[in-house]
Amino acid sequence: MQTIKYQKPERLLIKNANYLDPAEGGPRQVDVLIENGTIVRVEHAIDGVDGAETIDGTGKLLTPGWLDMHVHFREPGREDEETVKSGCAAATAGGFTGACPMPNTEPAADTRGIIEYMIAEAKGTPVDVYPIAAATKGRKGRELSEMADLIEGGAVAFSDDGVAIATAEMARRAMEYASMFDVPIIEHCEEPSMTEGGAMNESAVSTRLGLPGMPGVAEDIIVARDILLTEITGARLHIAHISTARSVELVRQAKQRGLPVTCEVTPHHFTLTDEAVASYDANLKMNPPLRTQNDVDAIIEGLADGTIDVIATDHAPHSPEEKDVEFQAAPFGIIGLETALGLIMTQLVEPGHLRLEEALHKITLAPRNILRLPHPKLAVGQVANLTLFDPKHEWTVEASRFYSKSRNTPFLGWTLRGRVHAVINKGFLWVSPDV
Amino acid sequence: MQKHLLGLEGVPREEIELILKTAFSFKEILSRPIPKVPTLRGKTIVNLFFEPSTRTRISFELAEKRLSADTVNFSASGSSVQKGETLRDTIRNIEAMKMDMVVIRHSAAGAPHFLTRCIDAAVINAGDGRHEHPTQALLDMMTLQERVGKLEGLKVAIVGDILHSRVARSNIYGLQTMGAEVAICGPKTLIPVEADQWGVEIFYNIDDAIRWADALNVLRIQLERQRTGLFPSLREYAAHFGVTRARLEAAQKDLIIMHPGPINRGIEIENDLADSEFSVILNQVTNGVAVRMAVLYLKSGVTETLE
Repeated sequence: MQTIKYQKPERLLIKNANYLDPAEGGPRQVDVLIENGTIVRVEHAIDGVDGAETIDGTGKLLTPGWLDMHVHFREPGREDEETVKSGCAAATAGGFTGACPMPNTEPAADTRGIIEYMIAEAKGTPVDVYPIAAATKGRKGRELSEMADLIEGGAVAFSDDGVAIATAEMARRAMEYASMFDVPIIEHCEEPSMTEGGAMNESAVSTRLGLPGMPGVAEDIIVARDILLTEITGARLHIAHISTARSVELVRQAKQRGLPVTCEVTPHHFTLTDEAVASYDANLKMNPPLRTQNDVDAIIEGLADGTIDVIATDHAPHSPEEKDVEFQAAPFGIIGLETALGLIMTQLVEPGHLRLEEALHKITLAPRNILRLPHPKLAVGQVANLTLFDPKHEWTVEASRFYSKSRNTPFLGWTLRGRVHAVINKGFLWVSPDV
Repeated sequence: MQKHLLGLEGVPREEIELILKTAFSFKEILSRPIPKVPTLRGKTIVNLFFEPSTRTRISFELAEKRLSADTVNFSASGSSVQKGETLRDTIRNIEAMKMDMVVIRHSAAGAPHFLTRCIDAAVINAGDGRHEHPTQALLDMMTLQERVGKLEGLKVAIVGDILHSRVARSNIYGLQTMGAEVAICGPKTLIPVEADQWGVEIFYNIDDAIRWADALNVLRIQLERQRTGLFPSLREYAAHFGVTRARLEAAQKDLIIMHPGPINRGIEIENDLADSEFSVILNQVTNGVAVRMAVLYLKSGVTETLE
């Protein structure tokens, strides 16, 4: 684990950067002068500025800061695994100036105090934290949470993530109630009666490995249930971490019918298949589980045709002592913030599945549109909210270089291309010591 | 020769043949007045049983003693995690006491594979969850080879709860490697998804399986599966999948009947059939010791040849 250092430069000049905003199209070469966090000049060439910290953007891309709409910061409850502050450090190193922590903390984020605490803890970092609050009290699926109060506290969406909202009736009511405020319900789609005791995708591989399976249809059933519920509630539905070909198809059909349904996918679900589980390494255990090549192909197709709106990491820190156990005994989840760019570039952009601006759209404009958050603009008078990265920088994933408190990832030792060089937001500057 | 025996998937034919050949040599030694050899004298073997087991544990222990190894037994009810100590810590502690080999039985699939990442000693899988039970399949193959003469072309049907069976998986891999044909038979709810990937015949009717097979390997049916909704009742199971003399007679066949034990008499197999001329169940138990001696010897790194 590395300790992060943020700077707070009074004047910051970014020289020779190629600015690429998926809302504008085509990169343009700019110099940007920032004073105390606010953009004061955007010109083709800015020279002769005294006393400015200068970053050379030659060969790098400057983009609006990224947003990861699905992370777990484990605070309150498991501060040994991650805190809001360490999670924000990992987000920064991954290029994300915004992050949405899920409410499956201990206790669950179902009260305004916890939401306000999370936001306050992020104050000294370049990251805007937009918490997602529990849809039901304690995420138990029996009573609605106080949504109006939670929104006033800063919650941007509701979810019982970790589980689906327990019953169809409660899902309906949560959607109806949330729709009054135009906030989405984000659903972890899993029919629990079909996945109890499961450790991996139910497939030819689970049959071979003798691991209890979690069938893809358990996801599809809740995706279908909730799409049907959007029709009668008018609520906006966002499917978290979609992982099956059938679910992608269900979302595609819902969009064709004009329903307000969106979805996200994680980098590991477009990168790996359940074949990887053959090592019985618990860093390959996540929920939803890694699926088949057929599912990965459908996900890549869904990313390309716009069915899948967002890439989100489902950053899920776990301690080594929890993960370094028998596969069946380990908890679900892997960290993802610091490997997201590398996997997007190496697995999606380089092979030609997505153009770079399409990929960036899925971590900037798309999640902010879903959460009704403003899109950062490169214009005089605006807060500088920017990510500078080198799309070609090759690096090897090493546990010791992470800023997250945890290191549970199957990508250790992988060679990836694409690394963040600097992040600017809220007056803070972070420059990577590794690029 | 691979260092560990984690399963039979991917184990080459020559290695299985060597294990079986060695096992037959040991079986001959076991019939001597003093059925003991000094082969593993000075070696220490720990039997780590995280799941209740009678016959497999005793069989391994006896095999170790017949080879003159020093043995230590570690039994834990429930998983290591529930005890508050991780499997890694348990095994590192045991290794610190200088063990040469580890025999492990665990309820979690892949637990032996996990062990190989924690320690240097050779690891022998004595059953991991519903994954593999390689020494059971080896003793089943030894018993068939002894009775029939060869495994090549033999038709073996495995009957019962295939979904939860490590015995079934190891038998499928081992028998197919040795050139036998394998079928599985049981209620559809107890056949794992995409079982056809194994290239096995699948029967949902026991009479079809009996007509097809030269040998039946009848698995124990566990009552707890009924509670999880996988089959309606033991009564219905016995009526539709129970192996009975009447069924064998109707098929007019002399089948070999195997069972890995323990037997539910009157459920998966008719009471007297288990003791009949068709049954090789007790031969399996005897061969179990010889096969485990062979595995322990071949994985021990000891190169001294057998007399």
